[in-house]
Amino acid sequence: MPSNKSVSDAPIFQFTNCRILRNSQLQREDLWVREGKILNPEKLFFDEKGFADIQLDCKDSIIAPGFIDVQINGGFGVDFSLATDDFKSGINLVSQKILSHGVTSFCPTLVTSPPSVYHKVLPQISIRNGGAHGAGVLGAHLEGPFISREKKGAHPEHCLRTFESGAFQDLLATYGALDCIRIVTLAPEMKRSGEVIEELTKRGICVSLGHSVANLSQAEEAVQHGATFITHLFNAMLPFHHRDPGIVGLLTSDKIPTGRRVFYGMISDGIHTNPAALRIAHRAHPKGMVLVTDAIAGMGLAPGRHTLGQQVIEIDGLNTYIAGTKTLSGSVATMDTCVRHFLEATGCTVEKALEAASLHPAQLLGIEHKKGTLDYDSDADFLMLDDSLHVQATYIAAAASSLQPCLQRVHQCFADKGEHGRDHHTVDQLERWGSCPSWNT
Amino acid sequence: MRLVILEDYDQASEWAAKYICNRIIQFKPSEGKYFTLGLPTGSTPLGCYKKLIEYHKNGDLSFKYVKTFNMDEYVGLPRNHPESYHSYMWNNFFKHIDIDPNNAHILDGNALDLQAECDAFEKKIEEAGGIELFVGGIGPDGHIAFNEPGSSLSSRTRLKTLAMDTILANAKYFDGDLSKVPTMALTVGVGTVMDAREVMILITGAHKAFALYKAIEEGVNHMWTVSAFQQHPRTIFVCDEDATLELRVKTVKYFKGLMHVHNKLVDPLYSMKEN
Repeated sequence: MPSNKSVSDAPIFQFTNCRILRNSQLQREDLWVREGKILNPEKLFFDEKGFADIQLDCKDSIIAPGFIDVQINGGFGVDFSLATDDFKSGINLVSQKILSHGVTSFCPTLVTSPPSVYHKVLPQISIRNGGAHGAGVLGAHLEGPFISREKKGAHPEHCLRTFESGAFQDLLATYGALDCIRIVTLAPEMKRSGEVIEELTKRGICVSLGHSVANLSQAEEAVQHGATFITHLFNAMLPFHHRDPGIVGLLTSDKIPTGRRVFYGMISDGIHTNPAALRIAHRAHPKGMVLVTDAIAGMGLAPGRHTLGQQVIEIDGLNTYIAGTKTLSGSVATMDTCVRHFLEATGCTVEKALEAASLHPAQLLGIEHKKGTLDYDSDADFLMLDDSLHVQATYIAAAASSLQPCLQRVHQCFADKGEHGRDHHTVDQLERWGSCPSWNT
Repeated sequence: MRLVILEDYDQASEWAAKYICNRIIQFKPSEGKYFTLGLPTGSTPLGCYKKLIEYHKNGDLSFKYVKTFNMDEYVGLPRNHPESYHSYMWNNFFKHIDIDPNNAHILDGNALDLQAECDAFEKKIEEAGGIELFVGGIGPDGHIAFNEPGSSLSSRTRLKTLAMDTILANAKYFDGDLSKVPTMALTVGVGTVMDAREVMILITGAHKAFALYKAIEEGVNHMWTVSAFQQHPRTIFVCDEDATLELRVKTVKYFKGLMHVHNKLVDPLYSMKEN
């Protein structure tokens, strides 16, 4: 039975036999999608007298919103801090490959770099929707160069800068254009940071505190000026002290303006923080937890030496160090690994683990009305996962983008016609629908 | 009248669902020959709906050639309000089965001309060839649909103001806040349901026992509108033990003695798979 075409010609997909994450709970409901958006089936039934064109049996999978990675420096040999001529193809490669990790939107991250790099690279980053070609780009995350010398971590010292003379103008001159910048990490103890934070926030850019030796008052002041994020909590900042908790103290600060929430990124790869620290942060402020990979060029590649901006780093298993030292520099963990590790280390519910990688980053960036949830009219970026949160398939605008071999076998099982005249299609056929121009964004 | 008495709510729900299932299948509905079904809302039919959904999911029953007509809907409640009867029917029935949305008819309580909406609904029933089987419930005050005490027994689909009893009974669905409960509803009339070729009333629970007594052991009376069905040629009352608590022992014994006859209506349980 074809769908009623009164509102739209686009095919309607109904994902059945699944548990979807909605209202912070896994509910046994079907997921309906049309034209790349989550559809309200009740409205479809009563207002349009419509129903599904294609039903897919999800074999009791979990369906969750696609993961959003707001801190990823590269991967698969691509380094976003390297100003190459074919930078665009690097972004495309990473955006395509991370789909299989469950990431449907990301912020390509640049570590501290000389202005020439920003001026060359930033114009080549464009904010764009995801699709069969890869995950969506939400804008760049610039981690540095306005950070603390003492907490530079793996960032190159010679590229660090201050903005004490020209404040926002200095920042603008360093970066060049602001159009595609989504997040800026800076150290709030730097002179005139308040002005800079206010200017950035005014322009809709999210300000994050990190690589800093700020005390709690300085951090709270930064939040009052507009900062809303903490870059990789615990790493590259003063350790928690009971008389001055530093930036970590923001998790339980009583000086956060009403109606605002401070989010904090954590790399839950089992290396950057001890699981006990992960638990302390999560228990103190569960709604602020944002899982990030902080992945570097070596992610997805074999162990050995790779570049990270101006530095050379060495991968050994899941550990990455500045070559020849024991200074951690980014991770090679994938987002789905981080989610699984987070679930295991904190003992939290599956729902909370999934939200930390989807809803919370969306809330951080103020895009939760269209990303990070499976609410009606949201973008249809979602994942099919098994109970231990392994990604079985990634969908962007309902075009199946990533097929693991096991899923292909599963989908072949229900390529027969349904008993009541509804067609059951394989996901391969779904991909062919994906080339239909009316709904592939 | 057939009075079918089952032991508890679950068994009563199952018997009713089996009956509906058999009636649909034996009718052999097809393109151009739809089975028209009248449907209720409320807590009583939930178990019956669950069983029907089960039969559908097992492949034994399809609603492809079934047209449904709901009994009532609140006036002024947004259609997507969680307590509207549209939401009830979607969540508890329609979303789980294969009915064509064009064949699922529910009164629109937000229509600009409410009486015209009621008249149109009557017309739709007529155009569908009349109702084959109307399933209903009974209120504690003996009402069928929203035909409150005093409703004409020959009434048609119209706007009704709800009785205080009904508003109080519904308050539990609106956070116990009486000010939030709708005070008016569109409802099929007693006459509308009487026109159906067969009527099945589901009555479960001790709080309905007095209403059942008034409906079947006393006279036909517009104060207990379900009593009108004493004059319908084919009515089945399906109830559990608790609902019979106010009946005469003699009545209960007589009808329990007929259960072997009644059970032939649901056993064997047919399936569309055999076709």
